[in-house]
Amino acid sequence: MRLQDSSMTAETTQAKLTVKNLNFFYGNFHALKNINLNIREGKVTAFIGPSGCGKSTLLRTFNRMYELYPKLRAEGEILMNGNNILDKGVDLNMLRAKVGMVFQKPTPFPMSIYDNIAFGVKLYESLSKSEMDDRVEWALSKAALWNEAKDKLRQSGLGLSGGQQQRLCIARAIAVKPEVLLLDEPTSALDPISTAHIEELVHELKRDYTIAIVTHNMQQAARVSDYTAYMYLGELVEVGETDTIFTTPTKKATEDYITGKFG
Amino acid sequence: MLSIYARRRFVNFISLSLSVAAMLFGLFWLAWILYTLFKNGFGSLNLVLFTQTTPAPGSAGGLSNAILGSLMMSLVGTLVGTPIGILAGTYLAEFGDRGWLAPVTRFINDILLSAPSIVIGLFMYEVYVVHTGHFSGWAGALALAILVIPVVVRTTESMLRLVPHSMREAAYALGAPQWKMTLQVTLRAAKAGVVTGVILAVARIVGETAPLLFTSLNNQFYSNMNQPMANLPVVIFQFAMSPYEDWHNLAWAGSLLIGLFVLVMNILARTLIKPQQQH
Repeated sequence: MRLQDSSMTAETTQAKLTVKNLNFFYGNFHALKNINLNIREGKVTAFIGPSGCGKSTLLRTFNRMYELYPKLRAEGEILMNGNNILDKGVDLNMLRAKVGMVFQKPTPFPMSIYDNIAFGVKLYESLSKSEMDDRVEWALSKAALWNEAKDKLRQSGLGLSGGQQQRLCIARAIAVKPEVLLLDEPTSALDPISTAHIEELVHELKRDYTIAIVTHNMQQAARVSDYTAYMYLGELVEVGETDTIFTTPTKKATEDYITGKFG
Repeated sequence: MLSIYARRRFVNFISLSLSVAAMLFGLFWLAWILYTLFKNGFGSLNLVLFTQTTPAPGSAGGLSNAILGSLMMSLVGTLVGTPIGILAGTYLAEFGDRGWLAPVTRFINDILLSAPSIVIGLFMYEVYVVHTGHFSGWAGALALAILVIPVVVRTTESMLRLVPHSMREAAYALGAPQWKMTLQVTLRAAKAGVVTGVILAVARIVGETAPLLFTSLNNQFYSNMNQPMANLPVVIFQFAMSPYEDWHNLAWAGSLLIGLFVLVMNILARTLIKPQQQH
């Protein structure tokens, strides 16, 4: 599987997101410095690097989550389907419906499992009761939660375990059928078994979605991703096919981080 | 090393003792108040209290008109004040991050929260009673509503601010507009706390005397909201000040009723807020 992926040349897969000369500022602090990068369609791109290197910041520019807070701003271009999503005229709600996100900590809404899934769907589609039932089942199955949740769809999402809650959040994100899925350290609050569940899920989901994942866990990046980007102090040090990055990185800094000499 | 440890244990013992003493001091007065209320009021607690209106001195009677009046004015005051308070509190917590309006509103609300209730009674007298030319239940209810608003604003804002920001981000990440996120996610997450605030506001207004002295005044009989209206606090005030023994007994009974009502409201508020603290 992995061999097949890496034998593909970069040109055969299209870029879903193209980041051009991206700079990001927290007030006066220059957090991302001139980032250029392609996120390829139908692939998993992992972002690794020490804490504070800007990988989460970069991820949060893809759905413009940073707009929630004052004094944050991005300059440059992020092209998605040919349009710059950083343009002023972009409708943020529509953008976020297309670029879903799952966070570090599970964030189920204080409502039933069913309503957690239906919440996002109802925002953009008016489905009949049976269509909605199907969508909820579809999303929960995709997130490998259906078997555990099918008998308690009307119970609160808060009653699930941490790992189940995180899969509920993934189900909620894919239920609205986004084109891109952003995972911001999705397993850092989970136990190893739940982590394995989620990693398997990422493998399954990349057939239908373009995935960008931030992780502190290098083995995880090696396991789940097709491409890996190493970031340090707001700069993109190196990006390439995961196998290459983990075996023969071109930069010394990348090798030092990956082999644990640094970070 | 041992001496540092011994000293720490000693300091710990002293502070714990002081804390327990302070708690006992507070509880002592509360217990004494409840004991006095029961001792003096329990004997007059009977069915007549709830079925007959306030009597003339020397004749038999109850407090039914005062109980009904208190309930009606508190109900209207709560119904008027709660939506305003919840909306304003939601604005402060969810929409008031930028600009000058929210800090100014919060400041004024804090003043309102600590304003003496007699000032509010006098205000309502000036803007309502003077214009209509007579005391009325409506004026009393509106004065109570003004007392409800700041309490509900404060608790609603505090409870919404307790909702973790990650919950808001998660809703935005699905493409939810702010009003939908607020209504369906954060207000729902803060529901128990918001309801608790309303209950505490009710507990506060049922015992308020000063705002009613100038607005609803009192009435020996049942009345509608357009007439002066009987209510427990003012009846207690008048009966307790009178020289008549049977009026004194009724005042004690009314005090016990209000005391018990406030106690029940507070217990209700505590049980509501408990499940929320668990997650």
